Amino acid sequence: MRRYLLQRLFAFLPILIGVSLLVFTAIRLIPGDVITATLGTEAGMLTDAQRESLRSYYGLDRPVVEQYARWAAGAVTGDLGVSTRHGKPVTDLIGDRFPVTLQLALMAVTLALLVGIPLGILAAVRHNTVFDLFVRMLALAGLVMPGFLVGTLIIYLLSTVFGVLPNAGNFVRFNEDPGLNLRQMIFPAITLGFAFSASVMRMTRSSMLEVLGDDYVRTARGKGLRERRVITQHALRNALIPVVTLVGVEMGYLLGGTFIIETLFSLPGLGRLLVNAISQRDYALVQGATLFIASVFVLINLLVDLVYAAVDPRISYDR
Amino acid sequence: MTVSAQSQPSELHQTRRRQPGVLRRLLKNLSGTAGLLLVIFYVGVGVMGVMGATPFPPNEQHARDRLQPPSAVYIMGTDLFGRDLASRVIAGAAHSLRVAVTSVTLAGLAGTLLGVTAGFAGGWVDSLLMRLMDVFFAFPALLLALVIVTILGPGTENAIIAIAIVYTPIFARVARAPVLAVKQMEFVMAARCIGGSSIRVLFRHVMPNTLAPLIVQISLALSWSLLTEAGLSFLGLGAIPPMSSWGVMLNEHRALAENAPWLILYPGAAIALAVLGFNLLGDGLRDVLDPRLRGRK
Repeated sequence: MRRYLLQRLFAFLPILIGVSLLVFTAIRLIPGDVITATLGTEAGMLTDAQRESLRSYYGLDRPVVEQYARWAAGAVTGDLGVSTRHGKPVTDLIGDRFPVTLQLALMAVTLALLVGIPLGILAAVRHNTVFDLFVRMLALAGLVMPGFLVGTLIIYLLSTVFGVLPNAGNFVRFNEDPGLNLRQMIFPAITLGFAFSASVMRMTRSSMLEVLGDDYVRTARGKGLRERRVITQHALRNALIPVVTLVGVEMGYLLGGTFIIETLFSLPGLGRLLVNAISQRDYALVQGATLFIASVFVLINLLVDLVYAAVDPRISYDR
Repeated sequence: MTVSAQSQPSELHQTRRRQPGVLRRLLKNLSGTAGLLLVIFYVGVGVMGVMGATPFPPNEQHARDRLQPPSAVYIMGTDLFGRDLASRVIAGAAHSLRVAVTSVTLAGLAGTLLGVTAGFAGGWVDSLLMRLMDVFFAFPALLLALVIVTILGPGTENAIIAIAIVYTPIFARVARAPVLAVKQMEFVMAARCIGGSSIRVLFRHVMPNTLAPLIVQISLALSWSLLTEAGLSFLGLGAIPPMSSWGVMLNEHRALAENAPWLILYPGAAIALAVLGFNLLGDGLRDVLDPRLRGRK
């Protein structure tokens, strides 16, 4: 197990370095330099001396390799530069916004699993019934309806049928007023979790169907166990292994989805911070936030691999 | 693609001549047929849009007919500027079709080339290319698209490039696997032994085996590309208004949904149906072309 852990960790580092190189290079590929791009037309009013001093302030007059080394060293110690629009350190902004995104993602995953796994199991157990058809239709709807469509429809339904606007008023954090916060977060979480629950349903249903046909399940039934026990104790354990992988794979989509959901519901999360930074050409922030989100994503994938190895003994640790 | 059972070159080459059979088998598959019909419908509407065959010019403003509900004249109603929604949805189909087809073609070509090269060359070339792809995989798709749009700026062409880059690594992985599988097989050895050049062996003998998974992937990638384009446009980073893009329409109209629900329902249904079509077609093609993958995601 330890060797497997070390191997995974060693594979993890080069990817992180690659990600940081890619993000760093991407920002350098912006036509013109960052100063012109940030200031837009106002850049034309700079004197050469002002431009030079700005370049040296942002370290743009140094060799590219040195710029990267400085930035990467800063990133490791938690210094990602200063946002030009907010006038605050990028790290502080991320620290401020990330909890909202994390809460949104965790609520969405929880809801998706709570809904998706039971429905998937029931659909498999009642294979080829009306209920099964209903679950499959629901899963298909989740697959083909993008988050912004689901969100727009939810907001529409809420405002016409129930007369409430989920994103009215200022956002309240969980530690300030948990009740109000949960009421503000529940619909964004449902929106974000909808597609996810659809995948969970599909995966649970198909892997459950596969497992239910296995010999050991027949043995369990043959020795007179109740159907309920066969399903919950015997079949479910194995059927859930692909679902664990799925959760990991789909976390990325979920993180991507937060950009849209946060914008739609006006939540002050990391995704909206990044989207705004892009349209405001706040490059230090784009660079820092992108690096952070990608690192979190890589980390999640690593964790999923480890969890996967822990729940499925067939995976050899000594590869 | 039951390569393992086929070790004779003549049999393998038949994969390419079997196309009509594939269609016939696809039509026996329920989801494949439904998907094919939806895709044909979508492409038909898209072509109408490309040729400008819309009831009204999509950007024409009818000042007196603002926010009209669907009627005999405006079958899907009108928007805030009195533009005919049906015309805009048709133009939106053309737009999304253009973006999806172009970006998936680019991604498919680049990705297949990279994947086949990596798999066929092996060694350090393979390691280098695939590690590079891993780095791209380290980004959630939409985040990578956003980063690329940051560099290039918003706009339709840039969205196409961004989407193409995002999906290139997926094609590379899909194309590489079958190459690795057949590279060591006897018929490839035989082709080399009779003096076939690397290029000839690659194109005549190895590449045909990547076809089945690639076709499935193309169908699925078209649906993702549609969704990514709509997502980028929804965030204001893809198509620029007044361009008729389904994502732009949903974003522009969502504040009006309470009073004019048709403004979100029709573009929304358009996206969902197009994506549904490509997904069902992809599932059907997978069942027909690659039975081993059935049930997997």
